[in-house]
Amino acid sequence: MSAPLHALSLEPIIAILLVPCLSALFLALLPGYWIAARLNVTASLVTFLYALQLLGQRPAPGYLFVDDLNIVFVVLATFVAFTTSAFSASYIAHELASGRLTPRYLRFYHAMYQTLMFAMNLALVANNIGLMWVAIELATLTTVAMVGIYRTHEALEAAWKYFILGSVGIALALFGTILVYMAARPVLGEGQDAMVWTTLSEKAAGFSPELLNVAFIFLMLGYGTKVGLAPLHAWLPDAHAEGPTPISAVLSGLLLNVALYAVLRFKMLLASIPTAIPPGPLMVTMGLASVVFAAFMLFRRRDIKRMFAYSSIEHMGIVTFAFGMGGALANFAGLLHMTMHSLTKSAIFFAVGHIAQGKGTQRLGQIRGLTESHPVLGWGLVVGVIAIAGLPPLGMFMSEFLIVSSTFARAPLLAVILVFGLLVALAALMLHLNEVAFGTPIGKTAPVQASYVPLYTHLALVLTAGVYLPQPLVAWFQSVARLLG
Amino acid sequence: MRGHAYDVAHMLAGGLVLVSFMLLYQDRMFALLNIFALHALMLSGSVAWQAYIQDARHLYVPALIALTLKAIIIPVALRRVVIKLGIHRTIETVVGVGPTMLAGIGLVGLSMVVMLKATGASVDPLSREDLAFALSVVLLGMLMMVVRRNAVSQIVGFMSMENGLILAATGAKGMPLVVEISIAFAVLVAFIVVGVFLLRIRERFDSVDLQALDSFRGERR
Repeated sequence: MSAPLHALSLEPIIAILLVPCLSALFLALLPGYWIAARLNVTASLVTFLYALQLLGQRPAPGYLFVDDLNIVFVVLATFVAFTTSAFSASYIAHELASGRLTPRYLRFYHAMYQTLMFAMNLALVANNIGLMWVAIELATLTTVAMVGIYRTHEALEAAWKYFILGSVGIALALFGTILVYMAARPVLGEGQDAMVWTTLSEKAAGFSPELLNVAFIFLMLGYGTKVGLAPLHAWLPDAHAEGPTPISAVLSGLLLNVALYAVLRFKMLLASIPTAIPPGPLMVTMGLASVVFAAFMLFRRRDIKRMFAYSSIEHMGIVTFAFGMGGALANFAGLLHMTMHSLTKSAIFFAVGHIAQGKGTQRLGQIRGLTESHPVLGWGLVVGVIAIAGLPPLGMFMSEFLIVSSTFARAPLLAVILVFGLLVALAALMLHLNEVAFGTPIGKTAPVQASYVPLYTHLALVLTAGVYLPQPLVAWFQSVARLLG
Repeated sequence: MRGHAYDVAHMLAGGLVLVSFMLLYQDRMFALLNIFALHALMLSGSVAWQAYIQDARHLYVPALIALTLKAIIIPVALRRVVIKLGIHRTIETVVGVGPTMLAGIGLVGLSMVVMLKATGASVDPLSREDLAFALSVVLLGMLMMVVRRNAVSQIVGFMSMENGLILAATGAKGMPLVVEISIAFAVLVAFIVVGVFLLRIRERFDSVDLQALDSFRGERR
């Protein structure tokens, strides 16, 4: 596994870890903002390109592995990380100019950004449940540090809350991980093998179902905290609202997915043992609870970033619900929905970040008539919210439609609850959108120095997916859906 | 020898649960830190004993970390923080001591039932009981984090929870990455908790009481 000297001949799977890791080191040392932001973008782009290479060539599983499931997450994560880094460059320039961040903190910020990328990629490709746990913990810690970076009263409260709840979640997940090892040990023997994904999934049939049942409950609660599912979501709105907006975008678009990936892996493990409790109902319950709860919470929000954080809870609920239902169609829809949500939600946060900078506030009551005062941003937000609300013709309409219709065929009652939650959320979002985007502008109307490319790239992708899904993508997602069982 | 090994492991792990209970009813900051040092000492002994009976030398590393870092350095550091911030007064609790203890007993009962039921014949009795004790310690740590408002006692709660996890990990015979995980935890505790948060919270509010942090979240009318 020694990294060859020549950078181009680097194995892609090593590269997606090595590039962020090295650039984090560089960025920690680089003083200038301008060059650091450029380097951040370049490193993210290089990581993304390497991740694309993984599509074609799968390395043999060792400490790291790539299969049909995690490649979806890796490509999505590196892509959103790349576009977010481009957004971050212009966002951070404004923060520096307005004095909210000092150059020293910026250095820290950029280094942490790449460390987060490293941790997330490691969590996704790690072929070991212990290593995956360590990586997710690292990702949590870096985001905690970044949420608290403004060091205001609220930011510290949010970071503290996130740290405490995240640690409890992480601790529960570790206990679950230990239990999985205990369950696997009689079959696979002591040592590494009993923690390696590839051997675990091969030999799962012989594991003790009772132990795995208990393990899954711990894992579901532990990683579920990180996904932001309903009873355990309390950290999520604060962390999204108080941290820098690029971090909100990465949190919603990527970190929640990574935690969900962990849940999915363990779900697959459990599902391969017929005598164990089916993992589906637990996921369905938590997912539905998140959807309905978050939908109602959307109404009374007064902070624009908190509002979209609740919307993230709602959508992670939908995705968890879909995967909990299982079956080829629901899994396909869940995967599509997750992808669309990542793209749309990060696009919304790109718009919201610049809006909050232009207006000098995040309070919904002080933002009015955006389409008049800032037409490009305003309309971007409008399209984004229409997408996130699940209206046609954008991508999320299709995935939500698939989830709802496949549920109606199998469990009509659940589908009714789901549709109810979706409609409530739609109403709440439209209500707020109407106030924010239209009418007479109030407050500052000065133009914003913004980069529109990441925002509109994401929106274009979501629109394209809604209108026409390329056949190879459909085939790819279908094969993953079959894998998920 | 087998019975002997089992008894000592049982005693140490059971002692850890007992000390967890002691943590629950402490109402003075310094006493809390002292009891936590005892907790870490107990863990260190327990892990060292596991290392001895499993003949797994690498497990002495977590034992050593528990002994030096958690039993000595962190309590001393937290003590200094407490003195510096002038908060060596009574700890404010959300729930009274009586109900907390009852809840704790309930949690221990729950973890016994769950773990002993779940680990049937497939697991040897030693690691089986170890896991049950470990889960009790984890749940008691969580309970402590819930019933205390104060940041330092929440950190202590978190660290006691983490001790439970280390106990579980060392009890699971032959588990890889235990050393790495215990180091990761040690780094986590040392850096984030003591360094960043307390200093920052101190800097801004002159208080580590979480109630003071709880007032505003950008949504007040």
